[in-house]
Amino acid sequence: MVWYIVRRFLQLIPVFLGATLLVYFLVFSLPGDATAAICGERGCTPGVVAGLREQYNLDQPFWIQYLLYLKGVLTFDLGTNFSGRPIATIIAEVFPTTAKLAVMALVIEAFFGIVFGLVAGLRKGKIFDSSVLVLSLIVIAVPIFVLGFLMQFLIGVKLQWTNPTVSGDATFTELLLPAVVLGLVSFAYVLRLTRTSIIENVNADYVRTATAKGLSRRRVVVVHVLRNSLIPVVTFLGADLGALMGGAIVTEGIFNVNGVGNTLYRAVLNGDGPMVVSIVTFLILIFCLANLLVDLLYAWLDPRIRYA
Amino acid sequence: MSTQVIGGTGDAGADQPASQGPVLEVRNLSVDFGVDKQWVPAAIDLTYHVNAGEVLAIVGESGSGKSASSMSLLGLLPSNSRVSGEVLLNGKSVLTMSPARMRQIRGNDVAVIFQEPMTALNPVYTVGFQIVETLRLHNEISPDEAKQRALRLLQMVELPDPDKAFRSYPHQLSGGQRQRAMIAQSLSCDPKLLIADEPTTALDVTVQAEILDLMRNLRSQLNSAIVLITHDMGVVADLADRIAVMRKGRIVETGTADAIFNNPQHEYTRALLAAVPHLGQRGGNDGVDITAALAAATHTELQSIDPAELERREHEVLARATSAVTRPDADPVLELDDVAIEYPKQGRVPAFRAVEGANLTVYPGQVIGLVGESGSGKTTIGRAAVGLLPVAAGSLRVVGTDISGFRPSSKELGAVRRHVGMVFQDPSSSLNPRLPIGESIGEPMFLAGEAKGNDLQKRIETLLDQVELPRSYRNRYPHELSGGQKQRVGIARALSLRPKLMVADEPTSALDVSVQAKVLELFQNLQRELGFACLFVTHDLAVVDVLADYICVMKRGRIVEQGSRDQILRSPQDPYTQRLLAAVPLPDPAKQRERRELRAKLLATSD
Repeated sequence: MVWYIVRRFLQLIPVFLGATLLVYFLVFSLPGDATAAICGERGCTPGVVAGLREQYNLDQPFWIQYLLYLKGVLTFDLGTNFSGRPIATIIAEVFPTTAKLAVMALVIEAFFGIVFGLVAGLRKGKIFDSSVLVLSLIVIAVPIFVLGFLMQFLIGVKLQWTNPTVSGDATFTELLLPAVVLGLVSFAYVLRLTRTSIIENVNADYVRTATAKGLSRRRVVVVHVLRNSLIPVVTFLGADLGALMGGAIVTEGIFNVNGVGNTLYRAVLNGDGPMVVSIVTFLILIFCLANLLVDLLYAWLDPRIRYA
Repeated sequence: MSTQVIGGTGDAGADQPASQGPVLEVRNLSVDFGVDKQWVPAAIDLTYHVNAGEVLAIVGESGSGKSASSMSLLGLLPSNSRVSGEVLLNGKSVLTMSPARMRQIRGNDVAVIFQEPMTALNPVYTVGFQIVETLRLHNEISPDEAKQRALRLLQMVELPDPDKAFRSYPHQLSGGQRQRAMIAQSLSCDPKLLIADEPTTALDVTVQAEILDLMRNLRSQLNSAIVLITHDMGVVADLADRIAVMRKGRIVETGTADAIFNNPQHEYTRALLAAVPHLGQRGGNDGVDITAALAAATHTELQSIDPAELERREHEVLARATSAVTRPDADPVLELDDVAIEYPKQGRVPAFRAVEGANLTVYPGQVIGLVGESGSGKTTIGRAAVGLLPVAAGSLRVVGTDISGFRPSSKELGAVRRHVGMVFQDPSSSLNPRLPIGESIGEPMFLAGEAKGNDLQKRIETLLDQVELPRSYRNRYPHELSGGQKQRVGIARALSLRPKLMVADEPTSALDVSVQAKVLELFQNLQRELGFACLFVTHDLAVVDVLADYICVMKRGRIVEQGSRDQILRSPQDPYTQRLLAAVPLPDPAKQRERRELRAKLLATSD
């Protein structure tokens, strides 16, 4: 088991190298002069431009630029962005907000998705099941920006239950609304996945055995059916956690959340190469770790899966 | 509250007088299932009873309602069912009980042993957890005490290492061990009634014999009433005191085991008994009597066998050991020379050598029965003969061509495959569900470029005639056919290229006995008519007895014994072959008792 985890961490190395190389190359190939973005509308004198080029190694060929960047990362120096702020500081600033949002969204979608899916699965074909299925289909079909603006308008502006936008502090109550919007689509998938899985397992032989032992319906469902049914759901949730941690550009945009998604979006618009590469690399690592977590959880849920 | 007798040495319950009066009384029980808004009867007007310490076998083919009616006793049927009639458990009506009272009875007064121990135990919990769960549900005991009791139960069902079994997940145990664990769980609260639903169907014969031994011992220890649901007449003969024969939802005949086996009254019972393939059936004058053969091998004297006959057989055994095998004068269609077969390594899973040092020759027109238990490598040889698995060492010649060096999808292998037909075990999953059966049958001929257009259609019709299916079936889809009909399609497809060699991998093991008998008869006729050689892979010695000229016994990847059918069945030499033969239950209670003694003797001498 320990060896398995070590191996998984070692696997991160090629992923890290490949990802940084690819993203670095994409940013390098962007058309236009990167210094133009720093200098803005007024432009800089040739001397300043030359200085900036030297500062950000823009005068070097691609490989040298990339290797210098790698050297920086390995010595825990992500460098500065084009506005001169240390990139590490920026990530440390915006990531907690995104992480908070992601975890809230995940808890919401997991809890409601599993509970609704469980009830729908146990009452297959009944009214609750049918209406929940239709509802989830609507949620999946409507684009997220429509849902986002609709919720913001209804709950934030009309009913004024909460602020329509998130302030710099990003408090729990402020984040609740964007978290609901963010979790809503995945909630529909979790619900459908749980429902199918429950229906499949509720007729399994071991469930009949559990009933024949004299267990109550409640214990049969919670102890015997649910754990077996959660295995595919956990896979989905894990992949979703990785995606959520990457920041939701649209949702963060609508609710003005100062998170990873928004920062990355601005960096791309500004052609801020070092910033984009650093954030994307960071996100990839987060995604890999989330996947590792899922795989470990998977082995815990299903003892037939053993890693060596 | 029940008293625990577990952990006793075995004689605790044996000399207790069996309490009089039935434990279970079923009167006019009917079960219906709601299908498409109609009630379809599964069991009609059943009346039977079981006494303490008695085994009642309910026998019937699939769809006879034997399982549905028994599951209804505990309210274990799906919600689309309707049950009427009266079920009395120790005089108390079960069907009218409240759900809460019913739960107290389940697992405590009435326990169930299910067919497939792999799926009947929850895969994500340890065996110990599942037994402790039952124990603590019905008894107010501490976790520690429950664990101690669970360990004693696991010991009682003769698991080799109870501590380890307690901590194991179901997938970590073998099939027989899982079924023992299942039995331990069902015995955990000393049930007065035990319902065993096909308890040994998923197991190998030798394991089946062990489980049946175990159930026989437990029954005398616990004095419970047992309802045994099975389709296997051999199992019935081994265990049952009384028998109820079911057909299409009704009990057609009941009686003591001896009466049913020796003097069946109902026509269906007679048909059912006749359809059971059993060893020694193909007898005639030169009948094969396995019991006698085994007696000779173990030098046992039996009442039913004349000592002179026994002596003659013992000579025969000696003679055979020195005689040479005669070879027909033709080129073999399949020749294995010191073959090893491996399942290639996949990722981190290392290659697994399933067969080692196999020598086997099949001559034209010969039917070779390849027998062995699960994991013995018999299917592996069958697959390798068709080139589905690579040969790791030695040479494997099919119709004169050595295929051991061929790459998996090479043209040369394709050319060899034209001479080989294959029939698979499960007819439902080996036919493409989206293709009409006519196309399934015609596909090999079309792909090989043998026939096209009208010619192809004619060939398909001929093949349907040969397997005795109506020509109009050609446009039907597999799900519209019964299991036996599907297997006929499978045979027609295997025959379509007029193969010189047919590999049949357990073609009848998924079928009911009466259907199996018909399919085997068809197969035999076709083989005689068309004269193909056949490698018949099966775990069922009785089937081999009916079909094969030559038998090859496998154990753990090696061929332990081979010889003509008579040699193997009349004078088995290898101890494993002897044990395998002894484990097959006979559909005759008196003979089965003898067989059992012989088996015990064999097991004792082999250690």
